[in-house]
Amino acid sequence: MLREEALQAVYPRLKDQVVVTIMGAVAVELYNLGHQPNFFYLEHGMGLASSMGLGLAVSLPKEKVTVLDGDGSVLMNLGSLSTLARYRPPNLTHWIFDNESLLSVGGFPTATGAGTDLAGIAEKAGAEHVALADTVEAAERAFAEASERDGLSIIVSKVDAVGPTSFTMDINLLVNRFQFSDHLNGLRSP
Amino acid sequence: MPVSVKNSQVLFSAIKSAGITLLSALPETWLVHVMQMAEDDPDMTLIRLNKEEEGVGISTGAHLAGRKSAMLMQNHGLLTSVNGIVSVAQLYRIPLLMVISYRGEMGERDPWQTEGGRITEPLLQSLGIIYRKLSDPATVAYQVLQAQTLADSSLRPVALLLTRELMWEE
Repeated sequence: MLREEALQAVYPRLKDQVVVTIMGAVAVELYNLGHQPNFFYLEHGMGLASSMGLGLAVSLPKEKVTVLDGDGSVLMNLGSLSTLARYRPPNLTHWIFDNESLLSVGGFPTATGAGTDLAGIAEKAGAEHVALADTVEAAERAFAEASERDGLSIIVSKVDAVGPTSFTMDINLLVNRFQFSDHLNGLRSP
Repeated sequence: MPVSVKNSQVLFSAIKSAGITLLSALPETWLVHVMQMAEDDPDMTLIRLNKEEEGVGISTGAHLAGRKSAMLMQNHGLLTSVNGIVSVAQLYRIPLLMVISYRGEMGERDPWQTEGGRITEPLLQSLGIIYRKLSDPATVAYQVLQAQTLADSSLRPVALLLTRELMWEE
């Protein structure tokens, strides 16, 4: 499966959620599907998207929060899977696209290609709902279930190590940041 | 354990008075009482971390959602958080309040704390992070509020160093 196909399939649901992506291909592909003020692209700080998702989820209990993560980033902050499982915010979905590669820096292989099992790590960290979704149909179903479930959901999808032809995004990162926080402040107001 | 319960209470009350409702923390001897107070307080959310840098992400998410938070950690936790501080909090202009126990400074008996103690202030200076040392319990509430105010207006990290004088009794 291409990550882009999965994102396209779930975009109608995603656009109503608070979404954090990591840098690189995931950010560009979501942006190209249609930017929303509730989408935040974390362009650096690898590994911290899931921690951001936790901070957002516990601060916005009425919103659904989704983190679109990658194997390279998750491997940099594996402890975060354990923290997520410990606090299990009921409104958080952590979706890891595993292409077994650090694609945006030239495709160097990551440890998931050598056997590291992120879904297995998440389960053993204590996460109750871990889904594998390697086809578009499975991805759509897993994300629908995660969106409707009252409980932390982790989805791991093996995807092809293919990204967009260009990694440029026509949005300044601070514009994205303030647009996102203004939007969230609007959600909090009565 | 001669960690000051009284001054831990002063610090915890100051954090609450500054409007902070979320603390992310990693246990450290000087912080045990403050963490227990946070755990016992129904109005405070405490997130116990596996590694301090996670707290930068958590506070970033909380801030973007309009909630005031702080990180509670040892100065070695500051060392391990540097990339998050630079590449998330500073890059994205996040008012990250860091309350840091200042180990390895004057009076330190544990040899393993001393290297971190030696470079804590130079590190904060090189990161351009404005900081104050808290030693007098009478000024703690004022200084915590001042730090939160500066973080909010500058949209940058600000640090408070908890000294031995404040936290330790013997």
